[in-house]
Amino acid sequence: MHIPDGFLSHGLNAATFVVSAGACAYGVKKVNQKFGEKEVPLMGVTAAFVFAAQMLNFPVAGGTSGHFLGAVFSSVLLGPWAALIIMTLVLVVQCLGFADGGLTALGSNIFNMGVVGALGGYAIFWFLYRLSGRSQKGFFVALAVASWFSVVLGSTAAALELAISGTSIIGVGEAIITTTAVSLILKTRPDLVSCFHKRIAPSGLAQEGGVS
Amino acid sequence: MKNQLKGFLWVGLGVSLLLAIFLSPFASPSPDGLEKVAERHGFAEKGEGWTLWKYAPFRDYTLPWIENKKLSTAIAGAMGVFAIFLIAVGFATCLKKGKVR
Repeated sequence: MHIPDGFLSHGLNAATFVVSAGACAYGVKKVNQKFGEKEVPLMGVTAAFVFAAQMLNFPVAGGTSGHFLGAVFSSVLLGPWAALIIMTLVLVVQCLGFADGGLTALGSNIFNMGVVGALGGYAIFWFLYRLSGRSQKGFFVALAVASWFSVVLGSTAAALELAISGTSIIGVGEAIITTTAVSLILKTRPDLVSCFHKRIAPSGLAQEGGVS
Repeated sequence: MKNQLKGFLWVGLGVSLLLAIFLSPFASPSPDGLEKVAERHGFAEKGEGWTLWKYAPFRDYTLPWIENKKLSTAIAGAMGVFAIFLIAVGFATCLKKGKVR
């Protein structure tokens, strides 16, 4: 489900890139608060395993193949934010080293497999695990269901992106994603959204009777 | 405790390498879900027009200078496993508590 170059519109790729980059930046911060001596080699091994397992395409019905995603697997081992970073690193290596997934579609691929797969998959796992009262059986049921959903939701996101890119409603998707992304940035770092300040500034200037 | 973790890590890395070397050459060559849909709806060629990054050394998980396709995939896979392991460890080392900010 690695999207190559040329499938998606540039606008959509740019939008998913912004969302993915924002999520990764937040992930780096989260991981930085948590990681100790133990997690460093574990992250290396988990990433290596995810990479190796993603090479193993197994046949699915109708002459199609699929492969292990590893998003929920990494989430449960190291937490969702570290999993997002693992998926991102794996996707970057696959893209630059093995021509698997396009460079322009990298943001979309990270969004589908990292943001939706790892973060979304973990949210489902966490919810079901809590619902089961944290029993051992509940843990594995939650793990299985979340893994299934991570692949299905990731593919759904990819399909949606293709649909959005393929039709003339590109603008709609663009608007939704950009608004979501910018509002997220506004909440955390309003100083990064230059246009938002420009709109407030003139009225402020007017009230002060002009600075110049 | 520390030794147990070390053992687990070696096993994990070993398993990953074994998967890449001995199983990946026999992975299904069928198109994946996305490629299948692209073929069916006739937009597969859109992905073959141009690429931004043309310098991927191991295109399609093969070493271009090795004729034997299975051997080629095995070596490419093993190199990929080592590469991603080192990159992830390097990245995680930089992310360790107190390193950023």
